[in-house]
Amino acid sequence: MSGAPSVLYDAPGPKAKARNLVYSVIFAAFLVLIAYLVIAQLAAKNQLTGEKWTPFVEGGTWVTFLLPGLGYTLLIAGLSIVIALPVGAVFGIARLSDHKWVRTIAGIIVEFFRAIPVLILMIFANEFYSEYTDVDSDNRVLFAAVTGLVLYNASVLAEVVRAGILSLPKGQTEAASALGLRKTQTMTNVLLPQAVAAMLPAIVSQLVVILKDTALAGGALSVPDLLRQANVISGNFNNTIPTYIVIGIIYVVLNFILTSFASWLQKKLSRRKKAPKGAEPLSEAPNAVTDMATGRAV
Amino acid sequence: MFDFLGDYDILGAFWTTVQLAALSAVGSLVWGTILAGMRVSPVPIMRGFGTAYVNVVRNIPLTVIIFFCSIGLASTLAVNLAPQDSPTFIIDNSFRLAVLGFVAYTSTFVCESLRSGINTVPVGQAEAARALGLSFTQVLRIIVLPQAFRSVIAPLASVLIALIKNTTVASIIGVAEASLLMAEMIENESDAIILVFSVFALGFVLLTLPVGLLLGWVAKKVAVKR
Repeated sequence: MSGAPSVLYDAPGPKAKARNLVYSVIFAAFLVLIAYLVIAQLAAKNQLTGEKWTPFVEGGTWVTFLLPGLGYTLLIAGLSIVIALPVGAVFGIARLSDHKWVRTIAGIIVEFFRAIPVLILMIFANEFYSEYTDVDSDNRVLFAAVTGLVLYNASVLAEVVRAGILSLPKGQTEAASALGLRKTQTMTNVLLPQAVAAMLPAIVSQLVVILKDTALAGGALSVPDLLRQANVISGNFNNTIPTYIVIGIIYVVLNFILTSFASWLQKKLSRRKKAPKGAEPLSEAPNAVTDMATGRAV
Repeated sequence: MFDFLGDYDILGAFWTTVQLAALSAVGSLVWGTILAGMRVSPVPIMRGFGTAYVNVVRNIPLTVIIFFCSIGLASTLAVNLAPQDSPTFIIDNSFRLAVLGFVAYTSTFVCESLRSGINTVPVGQAEAARALGLSFTQVLRIIVLPQAFRSVIAPLASVLIALIKNTTVASIIGVAEASLLMAEMIENESDAIILVFSVFALGFVLLTLPVGLLLGWVAKKVAVKR
């Protein structure tokens, strides 16, 4: 439904245009009223004064707080992504194994960790490391955050991989075994490359989830990430609202960059593949997966 | 070794989790449906608002939103959602702020699921309805949304399961739900952390698994045959 006049209404005639204009004006007035109330409230609580915003145009705030926080956020997200992707692929493939015991064990592990909130995994991992290992406390929270994110997201990615492989036509496997390829070769040379291209949207939406979930580590484990630094800044300058607006924008921009990169990558991959006629189901199946994957988002 | 479990109100904590999830689910369904209606409406400014809201709020971490509700709205702007003189003010207020945050965030996913459901309704249906002279709201209310809802029960079930797990985030602003109690217990009973974790993990499996199975069954049952 990209901007094209919806199937739900006709191209507006003169009467409908007039009516839409009236609705537009009413809705705009409503938005202006809300905005006025919000701004009045902010002004009454002194959140709009210049001194609360100036920290964000000064380099010092960025160098001391925001950039290190951003770096930490990206570090947690990056580590989690780099570990969760291969682990997820292995478990996704294991769930399709011919051996029943491999399928069952992988299935139980995946379903278990998918059902448990990331925050609980993080808190447990943190305590587990402090009890049974001698990692120092600075690294411990980082390890705990990454452990929680990997356990949860690898399970979700395993499901994405499994759905992607299952969405391929059966003939692909049959043709590969007719050519005499082994099971592993069929998987690595035939199925996975096609599945990865088809799963890309779902994988990326999961990466966005990982990036957003890093904030849990800042909120609950006191990892010095972007969110934690925001609390430090608002403590220092007493400017809660401006700080939250700024870090909100940073997160939105980060996710926007990630999704734009993904759609660029997907366009590139699909152009290279020159999809044959029968390939339509490929491009449809992952959409269902996307909904499932984002649905499971934190 | 299980005796200490009796010292804590585990069921009470999970009950708070269930209440948080149920209230937020109802709120998100209502606000998400309104957003979806805006996003497909013929009025450009409503479409713009819906699109902007969904794309911005969906990309902000839930933790940031919940913190904002607590520190930003309540502490800084003094927007309180409970009567200040009530004895349970702090508990009620943080509970309601958390629900507000969950609704603001989860409704974007409800909206996107519904919109994809609206796209599954064949063009001819809406065209036929318009040919009969129905207006936009009538087409949406009578013809399209009922079918859309039936086709998005499975994705909405995923959203609900995600919401149930997300309620743990409320612990960071001090709502006494399951994960806050787990954090406390794991701290106190450091020789039994695996047992404590298993109890809470099992609790969440018991909460989410039936929801998925039940709604999956309902989704199959009511799916529109085409």
